[in-house]
Parts: sequence; C-alpha cells; structure tokens
Amino acid sequence: MFVYVFKRVLLMIPTLFGAAVLVFLLMRLIPGDVCVLRLATGGGMDPQVLRNCRAEIGTDQPMAVQFYRFIKGLVTFDFGKSMWTGRPIVEEVGLRFELSLQVAIMATITAILLAIPLGTISAVRQNTWIDYVVRAFSIAGVAVPSFWLGILLILGILIASKAWFGTPWMPPITYVPIWVDPLHNLSMLIWPALATGYRYSAVATRMTRSAMLEVLREDYVRTARAKGVFRKLVVRRHALRNALLPVVTIIGIEFAFLMGGLVVTEQVFNLNGLGKLFVESVLNQDYNMTQALVMLVVAIFAFTNLAIDILYAWLDPRIRYNR
Amino acid sequence: MRTSSWTSTLAVLAGLVAVSAWTVPGQAEPKKGGILKFVVPDEPPSFDGHKETTFAMIHPIAPFYSVLIRVPPEDPAKNEFVCDLCTEMPKAADGGKSFTFKIRKGVKFHDGSPLSAKDVHASFQRIISPPQGVSSARHAWFSMVESVTAPDDETVVFKLKHPSGAFLPALANPFNFIYSKAKIDADQHWHEMNVMGSGPFVFEARQAGALVKGKRNPDYYHQGLPYLDGFEAIFAKTQTLRVQAIRGDQAAVEFRGLPPKTRDDLVAALGKDITVQESDWNCVLLITPNHKKKPFDDKRVRRALSLAVDRWGGSKDLAKIAVVKTVGGVVFPGHPLAATKAELEQLAGYWPDINKSRAEAKKLLQEAGVTDLKFTLANRGVDQPYTIVGTWLIDQWKQVGITVEQKVDATGPFYAALDSGTFDVTMDFNCQSVVNPLGDTSKFLPNAGDQYGKFEDAELLKLHEAMNKTGDEAEQKKLMRAYEKRVLDEEAHNLITLWWYRIIAHRSYMKGWKITPSHYLNQDLSVVWIDK
Repeated sequence: MFVYVFKRVLLMIPTLFGAAVLVFLLMRLIPGDVCVLRLATGGGMDPQVLRNCRAEIGTDQPMAVQFYRFIKGLVTFDFGKSMWTGRPIVEEVGLRFELSLQVAIMATITAILLAIPLGTISAVRQNTWIDYVVRAFSIAGVAVPSFWLGILLILGILIASKAWFGTPWMPPITYVPIWVDPLHNLSMLIWPALATGYRYSAVATRMTRSAMLEVLREDYVRTARAKGVFRKLVVRRHALRNALLPVVTIIGIEFAFLMGGLVVTEQVFNLNGLGKLFVESVLNQDYNMTQALVMLVVAIFAFTNLAIDILYAWLDPRIRYNR
Repeated sequence: MRTSSWTSTLAVLAGLVAVSAWTVPGQAEPKKGGILKFVVPDEPPSFDGHKETTFAMIHPIAPFYSVLIRVPPEDPAKNEFVCDLCTEMPKAADGGKSFTFKIRKGVKFHDGSPLSAKDVHASFQRIISPPQGVSSARHAWFSMVESVTAPDDETVVFKLKHPSGAFLPALANPFNFIYSKAKIDADQHWHEMNVMGSGPFVFEARQAGALVKGKRNPDYYHQGLPYLDGFEAIFAKTQTLRVQAIRGDQAAVEFRGLPPKTRDDLVAALGKDITVQESDWNCVLLITPNHKKKPFDDKRVRRALSLAVDRWGGSKDLAKIAVVKTVGGVVFPGHPLAATKAELEQLAGYWPDINKSRAEAKKLLQEAGVTDLKFTLANRGVDQPYTIVGTWLIDQWKQVGITVEQKVDATGPFYAALDSGTFDVTMDFNCQSVVNPLGDTSKFLPNAGDQYGKFEDAELLKLHEAMNKTGDEAEQKKLMRAYEKRVLDEEAHNLITLWWYRIIAHRSYMKGWKITPSHYLNQDLSVVWIDK
C-alpha cells in the first residue's frame, strides 16, 4: 500500500506542473493587468504611477522570468504575495481555507445523511410512493441551483422572522471560527451547508438508488435472503456496502469541488471562502493569487482521489494495491 | 476656525446639493456607545490612502486617520473646509501664493507618539513628491505647489507657484491621511498593510476578505468624539446581499449608494426603521469617441452622437431605475461654476427641442458621409449605472439611424482596451470627492492620464490653464463656459450623459451621518451615533 501511495504522489508532480503551465499562460491571455485595474477604477491612469506599480509587483519582467519565479515559488512552497493586497498568499488563503473546509465538511455530512438513507429506501421500495417522492426530491435537488436555493432560504428567513418576531432577521454575514463562538458560526454556516448539501445529496441519492438496485438483484443477496437472513441485515451488511463504491466516488469528487467551487453560493451568503477569493483574484487579475489557488485546488483533487482509492480497498476486499 | 473656498455663493450650492432626506436625520442629543456595522462593496487593495483611489479603501480606513483640513462633518454638503488637525483655516498670503497652517498641540498617534507639523510635512511630501518606488495617486493635483516646509513643530507652510483655486480642495481630499514621519522614514510602504493614525478610531482587526474592525480612540483630540464604541466594515460583494444585510439588520448602512428600486423595496419592508438621504453625486458617465479611428476623427460625427441624445427626457425615465438623474455639463450641477439650464440649452445635445436636435444630427452625419454609421460601444460590466445607461444610449442613437452594438467587458479587459486605444466609442466615469471644478474638469484635457479620446487640443489646454491661474470668479466662470463649449459642442471631444444621484438608505437608529455629493467624503464616522 505504501509503495502504491508513494507512486501516486509522484504521479501528481506532472499533473501539478501541467496545471501550473496552463494557469500561468491563461491568466496572461486576459487583457490588462492588476495595475491598470487598480489605477483606472480610481479615475486616473498616470503613466509614471502605472510603471511604478508594474515594477513593484514584477509584471514588467519578461514572461520567462515571471514563470521561473512562479515555479521556484511552487517548489519551495513560497507562493509570494498577492498582487492586489500585497500580503503573503498563505496569510490570505489561511482563514478562507478554514471556512471552505468547514462548509465542505458540513455539506458532505448533510449530503451523506440525506443521500444514503433516501437512496437505499428508494431502491428497497422501488416503484412505491416512497420511491416516487424520493426521486422527485432528488431530481429537484439536481435541477435547483444551490445559490438560488440560498437566496430563497435567506428571503424565507427574513420573511418568516418578520412574521413571527416582528423584525426581520438574517444569518450573520461575518465569520467567527467554531471554537470561538459555535452558535454564531453554526447560525452562519448551516444555511449554505444545507443549500449545497441538498444539491450534493440529490446526485448521491440517485447514485445510491441505482447502485442499490443493481446489487439487490445479485445472486449473493438472493442467497442471503434464502438462508433466512433478515431483510434489514441483508440490505445493511451485504447490499449497501457493495453499492457504496460509486457513491464514495461521487462524494469525494463533490467534496473536492466544494473546496474551491462554491463561487456563487459564497457570494449569496457572504462566505469568505476559497471560491470567492478565486473569482476576485481572477477579476483583479492577481496572477500570483490565482496561480496559487489553482495549484491548491488541483492538489486537493489529486489527494481526494487518492483517498477515494484507498477507501475502495476498505469497502471492497477484492481491491488490493500491493502489486 | 472656518472658512469658505467659494465664499457665500456656496450656500446656493448647499441648497441645491443638499440632502433631500425622506426622513430628516435625527436631531436628538447624541448618545455614546454601540458598534456600527456597515457593508462595503469591495475590499481595498491596500490601506495606503496616498496610493489608493477607491472608496473601498476610504470607507473602512478613513476612521483611523486624521487629515489636515476636511469638509465639516456636521454639514458636509456645504463644500466648505474646516480644520481637522490645524487650529485655524489660514488666509492666503503673498498674493494667494502662501498658506500657513498651525497644527493642534497634544494630538497623539494611536501608538502614543505625539503628532507634530513634521508628520504633516512628511505626509504631504510623500503625496506631492513621492520618493522612487512609491505610488502617489494624486501628486499631479498639487502641481501648483512649489514647496512644503515645517519651520517648527506647530507650523506647516505651503508655497505655491501661482495662486490656484484648486489648492484648498486638493488639500481637503479625504485620501490625504496624515502618517507618522517615523513610520514613513522607517519604511515607505509600511502603511500599505498596516494602520496607525490619529483619527477617531483605533485599528482593531482585519479579517482577510471579510471585515475591518475599529474601536474608539480614547485620546481623540476632538473633545467628546467619537460617539461610537467601534465599527465593523463588512465586505459584501453583491448588492443583493448588502441590501438583505440592511434589511436583516446585519448592517446599518452601505455608504456608496443604492438604486431607486432598492430604496423603495427597503422603505416598503422596513418603514420607519429605514431613513433615506439623497443628493446629487459628483460622478458622471461620459462618452468618449476614439479620435484616432474613423469616422470619429470628424467632429461632425462626434457632435451628431451628442445631438441624438435626449438628456432632458432621459433623466426622467432613467432616474426611476438607475443611479443617474441630473442633466449637467462638465461641472457638478449646482456649483457656482456650473452652467445654468439656459446656458446648457445652447450646447449640442442639450437643446430643448429633441426633434430639431436629431434632425441636425442626421444632417451632420449626411455631411460627413456616414449615413449608415455602425460602431461598438465599449462598456464596463457594471450594472449600475453603466450597462443601463449604455442600453439607453443605443436606443437614442438608433433614433438618428446609428446602429450600435454594446460590448460589455470585465473591468480589467475594459480598461486595457481603453488604454490600448482599440475601441470605437467608450463610456467611462469621472468621479471626484471634494467638488473642485478646476481639478475635476482636468479629465477632459488631452494630456490627462484617463482621457482615452487620444486627441490634441492646445486651445483647451490654454483655457484650463487660464482658469486655474485666475483668482477672479467671474473670469473663471467665463473661461469655464468657453472650456465647456469646446469640450461638449465645438469639438465634442467627450459627451456627458447624466450626473449620478446618490441614494443612501440606512437604518434609522444610525444618527449623525449626513450625505455628501461624494461617496469619498465625510467617512471618519466621528459624529455618527447609534440610537437603539
């Protein structure tokens, strides 16, 4: 197993390098730069100030020099400073990573808690009203964008709180770590976790249902039932565990996506997460920040995939990585 | 203690620009305490006022700093200047070429070190003549300054090359934070990422991308101020969220401005819990044809573009959906130097009879040989009011047979196109802080850094220089009319659309804050208080 993990980590290097080249070139295809943006939006573009700004952040250097600096920074884990704020990227990303991780974990828990029981019951009770309700619920989840659900949630909270308490209330819009003020933290993050968790669960519910339907028709399940094993036990011990392989894949990929892809939902709830930072860094043409974030997200995807593969072995004893 | 830059005539401006609050801000006795939470649409790139140009820096950071002079916080729309760190507004000496400011005694920076004239001198030196490697966004505004000196710890002297009506307004700019000389000497870039001033609030915390917090400065030199215990400036990118935050009382206000529909929604939802203050806004969208591209090198075509636009009619309709309202020329409407309605009606594009105006536009296009003119309007991807005004203009131009396609770009690519001169016609903005027509109108000069028309006009330069050098208001007004006619009519280098209109809807418990014609002004929050 150790050799397998080591090989997989080594294979990440060309993936990361390819991503580095791509993001470096793509960012520079966008016309303009951070200095033009900063000065022009303030209503003036003094050519000397523009030159000073470019010299200060290094965009006046040849592309090759800029690329060398970027790769050197990657290798030494020195991502440099944000071109927009001038602060170290590690400092800028730190708090946002914490928030995104918490939302991703909460949304994943929400999704698992919804998807696995609903998908299982839907498969077990196939073509009954329960199945129809679950299918409608999951199709709605896939169809409804989580940001729209988020807006509805906020509006609903505003209207309901005004109707019940006389004054409108909305969830906090500033983040406090959970260990500092759990109530504040949860009252802010529970809503985006629910909004994204629902969409996420919808995909996983459908996957659980179809995988379960397939497994429930397998011979060993029929054999177990013929031997007189209780139906609940057959479903839980024999069918579900085997049906979880594709579900785990979906959950893993979605988790990695949530770490950097919650762009619009973060805007709706004013979550100061990685997705929002990603968009802002692209809009601000902050090359250093965008490059660092892309590399971070690529690394998250690579490691999540590795974790999924390891989980496969635990779920299915037939899968072994020691060769 | 107080003086007026435009003498008594500014009282008229005050009346015109004044707050048209739906509910008059409370006149009750101010109370101490409370934390004011407000939303800011963007996060500032840095904390350095000398370097930055955005309101996103002013709103969260201005409360930490003192300035030399400013607009009076209790009546900021008056366009007068009062002392903040000085003891008395100076009288110009040496024929208007020398200003001596006496600095308050006993003022302390937030680290406890004393503030003296040396700090004021060092700060203005950094603004006016920044050392190598330091960006000063407004150094060009002080081109009339010959020298700044601090002969002792309580005196700062500005010597000018020539008298200039633009000097005091430039000095009163809210970005001119006074920094500690010791900090500047140690590191010219220190203030980009750190905050240490002598203003009403002491920097408490910054959460990257989320908020800036300040707490009351117990040693503030304006006795009894500030009223608040502190403030939280919360960064919220989307307007929907900012409005919901005010509605759900997660924030009391957003100080930039809201569209009319949003104001109406908030008033409908919150009733007496919301207070609205409104004012003309020292911001305008202007159209710039690219003089280097045919047929926009022909002034007949440029004039036709202006003649086709019904500003008087448009102001009524657009004011219902966008943050624009007032018809004006190159000077902020209502200012003594601004054109009267009768004067405006003499200019191309401002004629009272739009049919006559459009007939003239068609005639000019025919004369120029471009009866089937088609072009692309390069616009910025910002809803309020860029794309709304852009869409309106397309319809206006269609009335004279011009076909226009609007190309909306994100801010970066938009300005890159402007800078490289690859556009046909574009729309950008002129937003200023202190109403200072002599400085504000420099945007229309051919050599201005943000003039994207790329044209030459020696006559225009001469007019502007003459305006700046004369101290006689009547003469200034005459020159301004000639300047305006040249910019908007004779040469039609630029076309003014409509002046912006600022609407602030805030929670009624926020008291003491009064609207100004600029979202850059009156943001130190020292006189704001909470009545909960």
